[in-house]
Amino acid sequence: MYKYNDFDTAFLAERNAQFRAQVERRIDGSLTEDEFKPLRLMNGLYLQLHAYMLRVAIPYGSLNSAQMNTLALLAEKWDKGYGHFTTRQNIQYNWPKLSDVPDMLDALAEVGMHAIQTSGNTIRNVTADHFAGAAADEIEDPRPIAELIRQWSTDHPEFQFMGRKFKIAVGGAAKDRAVLKAHDLAVRVVQNDAGETGYQILIGGGLGRTPMIGKVINDFVPRADLLPYIEAVVSVWNQIGRRDNKYKARIKITVHEHGIDDIRARVDARFALIRPTFLGADQELFSEIKAHFSAPKFRADSTTPYDTAYKADPVFRAWADTNLADHRVSDHAIVTISIKKHGATPGDASAEQMRVMATLAADYGYDELRISHEQNVILPHVHKSDLPAIHAKLKQHGLGTANIGLISDIIACPGMDYCALATARSIPVAEQIATRFDDLKLEHDIGHLQIKISGCINACGHHHVGHIGILGLDRAGVENYQITLGGDATWSAAVGERAGPGFAYDEIVPAVERIVDAYLSVRDTAEETFLETYRRVGMSPFKAALYPEAIKKVA
Amino acid sequence: MARAFTPKVITANHLIEGDVIYLTAADTWSRDLAEAELITDEAHAQLRLLDAHSQPATVVGAYLADASSGTNGPEPTHFREEFRRTGPSNYAHGKQEVLANV
Ligand code: HEM
Ligand code: SF4
Repeated sequence: MYKYNDFDTAFLAERNAQFRAQVERRIDGSLTEDEFKPLRLMNGLYLQLHAYMLRVAIPYGSLNSAQMNTLALLAEKWDKGYGHFTTRQNIQYNWPKLSDVPDMLDALAEVGMHAIQTSGNTIRNVTADHFAGAAADEIEDPRPIAELIRQWSTDHPEFQFMGRKFKIAVGGAAKDRAVLKAHDLAVRVVQNDAGETGYQILIGGGLGRTPMIGKVINDFVPRADLLPYIEAVVSVWNQIGRRDNKYKARIKITVHEHGIDDIRARVDARFALIRPTFLGADQELFSEIKAHFSAPKFRADSTTPYDTAYKADPVFRAWADTNLADHRVSDHAIVTISIKKHGATPGDASAEQMRVMATLAADYGYDELRISHEQNVILPHVHKSDLPAIHAKLKQHGLGTANIGLISDIIACPGMDYCALATARSIPVAEQIATRFDDLKLEHDIGHLQIKISGCINACGHHHVGHIGILGLDRAGVENYQITLGGDATWSAAVGERAGPGFAYDEIVPAVERIVDAYLSVRDTAEETFLETYRRVGMSPFKAALYPEAIKKVA
Repeated sequence: MARAFTPKVITANHLIEGDVIYLTAADTWSRDLAEAELITDEAHAQLRLLDAHSQPATVVGAYLADASSGTNGPEPTHFREEFRRTGPSNYAHGKQEVLANV
């Protein structure tokens, strides 16, 4: 874990004091809302439908038990007892009072957390693979790079007032678990033929109203060139990106309009100019940061308790089969705790649940936790012998759901239940789909299937890259849901294809059920996943299932 | 031809609590849509909106929202305003919670 040094602590204290004074001046009337809004957004404070919303960064999704306990404290003391974990590895509080926010930020600062650059046209909270430091397929822990980028981008004078926001993700493994290709810029740790570690850089990915898959701008950037290279990219975009139209301002449009080769040439020129100004301080800092992320001393023990429970207890076995992933140390496992209990709000955890997870991390998990972009919580390092005890505890607190990667492990944005920009609700749609397939007892048979739901075109719920994507719209004053199929959020990323006309609120769950029925009847074997089937057979069987009337008309 | 003016209420969020409030005919702010002034004249609506905007120490983001006349006062005509006057659908929080405790 990164530990704040004196500089970090002092910087944060000063920022919080500034914001406290700004809030006071807003309340006493010396600042207008127009003056105050950019200031509050810089500190992660939004105004939504029913209340303010505070968005707190969980840099690259990593936190320890003290930090998780503080998130619980905020939920309990200043909110309504829960928090919402988001696809950007942030946590959102839906009910803070303006006058309480400075105290919330001070409480966060005590455990080295903040809400800076979780909003506004800045470089946002850097996200990373949620299995960082633990995955069996990892080349190198991506978090030191993510932390380096966080420090470099925080308050970077050139990048505080850009044309639009800029989102960076970092991955360090063979598998992409960080949706690298849907980011403005992605860094992927790779090795070249000489066996040196460096970085592949992708740019121009993004969802929203114009979804685009990121393109490779550089296959191998050597370690010491990383920051100047990223700075060159952001700086080129900051200069030539469109500022006349906010819908065309993201780097994906710049790349689309200029072409990746033109951008590459400009970046190379800019890089040549600024590289000499990086004199090595960044590399010293990097070595320092790296030391903070050294792996815990993994304990060795027998795995017999795990093997016994796995054989004896079918509930434990179902959970182990879906919620565990391979750890790089073979007698350890990575635990994904589902915060997607059937019928509950995806990504929400109560203060009590946060404390339970913090305690489990402290007792069994080398004090480490992660938040995934899939809105779940991870214990990255657990000795297998501790799994039965962990599972027993999770079950007692509504955290034992065995559904990771299954149809009820849905990503959903807040939608019109909270968000001022929404055109329809997302949460109840997710709740109903999960409940329905749980009732049918079908989800383990269906296997790996990702549903992602957004409540408007901004695509915070990643619907374009869901195997089944659902987009909520307002059609003539009524909620209407558009379906896309075949999206993919991994290294084989793809934007889903629209199935046809949308469905009303009470028709969307039956429509999803028809898609799943069609899949079950056309799949080759029980092992062929939904996405594989879709890629083999295409849209037509699903279209036929969704729109039987249209087929009849043609016939 | 200009669109016919449809009845409106003035609504905003409260500066400190952030919750939904409505402008009443008595020039106060209410948390209950039923107590809002239903405005049927376009010129009057613009004047009232100016009044609302001139109170930055109380309200944020005042705007005109469509409403219709119901038996107990103004009613929302769009689902967004229905949610704003009720609260989210996943928990009994927001206005529905306050009403339940009256
Ligand atoms: C509730 C307050 C929120 C507001 C006002 C908001 C606003 C927006 C807007 C305007 C965009 C589009 C940006 C653009 O295309 O330039 C966007 C994109 C995005 N938001 Fe949110 N959002 C909110 C909540 C969330 C939540 C809860 C999540 C996670 C679940 C999230 C994750 C994202 C992601 C991943 C994108 C990226 C789409 C892209 O690549 O363009 N947002 N958001
Ligand atoms: S997708 Fe739309 S509705 Fe959902 S959180 Fe983002 S802005 Fe709000």
